Amino acid sequence: MPTIVVDVMPKAELLDPQGKAVSGAFARLGIDAFTQVRIGKRFELTVDGEVDDRVLAEARRVAEEVLSNSVIEDVVGVEVAE
Amino acid sequence: MTVRIGVITFPGSLDDRDAQRAVRIAGAEPVALWHGSHDLEGVDALVLPGGFSYGDYLRSGAIAALSPIMTEVKDAADKGMPILGICNGFQMLVEAHLLPGGLIRNDHQHFVRRDQKLTVENADTAWTSAFEKGQEIVIPLKNGEGGYIAAGETLDRLEGEGLVAFRYAGVNPNGSLRDIAGLTNERGNVVGLMPHPEHATEPGFGPDTPHAMRSGVDGLGFFASAIAAVASVAA
Repeated sequence: MPTIVVDVMPKAELLDPQGKAVSGAFARLGIDAFTQVRIGKRFELTVDGEVDDRVLAEARRVAEEVLSNSVIEDVVGVEVAE
Repeated sequence: MTVRIGVITFPGSLDDRDAQRAVRIAGAEPVALWHGSHDLEGVDALVLPGGFSYGDYLRSGAIAALSPIMTEVKDAADKGMPILGICNGFQMLVEAHLLPGGLIRNDHQHFVRRDQKLTVENADTAWTSAFEKGQEIVIPLKNGEGGYIAAGETLDRLEGEGLVAFRYAGVNPNGSLRDIAGLTNERGNVVGLMPHPEHATEPGFGPDTPHAMRSGVDGLGFFASAIAAVASVAA
């Protein structure tokens, strides 16, 4: 069955305390290749049948209205998984 | 007339019984309401209590904000009913777009629990009229995701229109922008805040004061204000 993947990230200008905590763990492990970690969310929406324009529009709508809060997050992707 | 104040229980609410108790101590009749119902049972005012509704999955308060009863809550808000959101309830009001902005994880990444000093910034709302503008009160605070944020222009509008109801005084416990602890809507009937007035309503169980341990009852003013607001409408 086809799956639509929705990716949501905290807004770039906001402090991401979760990412910061992971960065701290990297530092303790001596990993210095990465200057920043940001944690977002991935949603997989399973579709029973074909992904047509109506289904995609519905996915974009729930991405904006339910899966993310535009005050603190951005929807960075609504894609059909291959 | 006895004022009836509904307290809505959501799956994961923790402070619903404390809120009911606070309502009773303040002299009103608490009415237990259920998130899955569409019936406000004719109450005069509403409290959305603290806790971790739906495990705070998705975002704090986000799924609760889509509960069946929230249709009636929004309707009641539009009609001017006094509605107070405490902690998780504040997060629900924000997610339901009854108040602007958002609440994110505390900047220091820790859960914080402390007796918190607040400045009352707006004493003209349904939940703050028992206070004076500028009055300092102390009520418990306990949250992991209490950092208030909003866009710069939203913050300027909130300040300009007097919609900041409470500000953290002394210590900003969670990184909230402009030290914002609580907000009101334009009409003054919907108020939300992160700290917990319901935990400071009975001597022996509140914050310490200079006079005696655990004697702080500054939270009573919230409920007394709502009772007065309902009574003045009825009169």
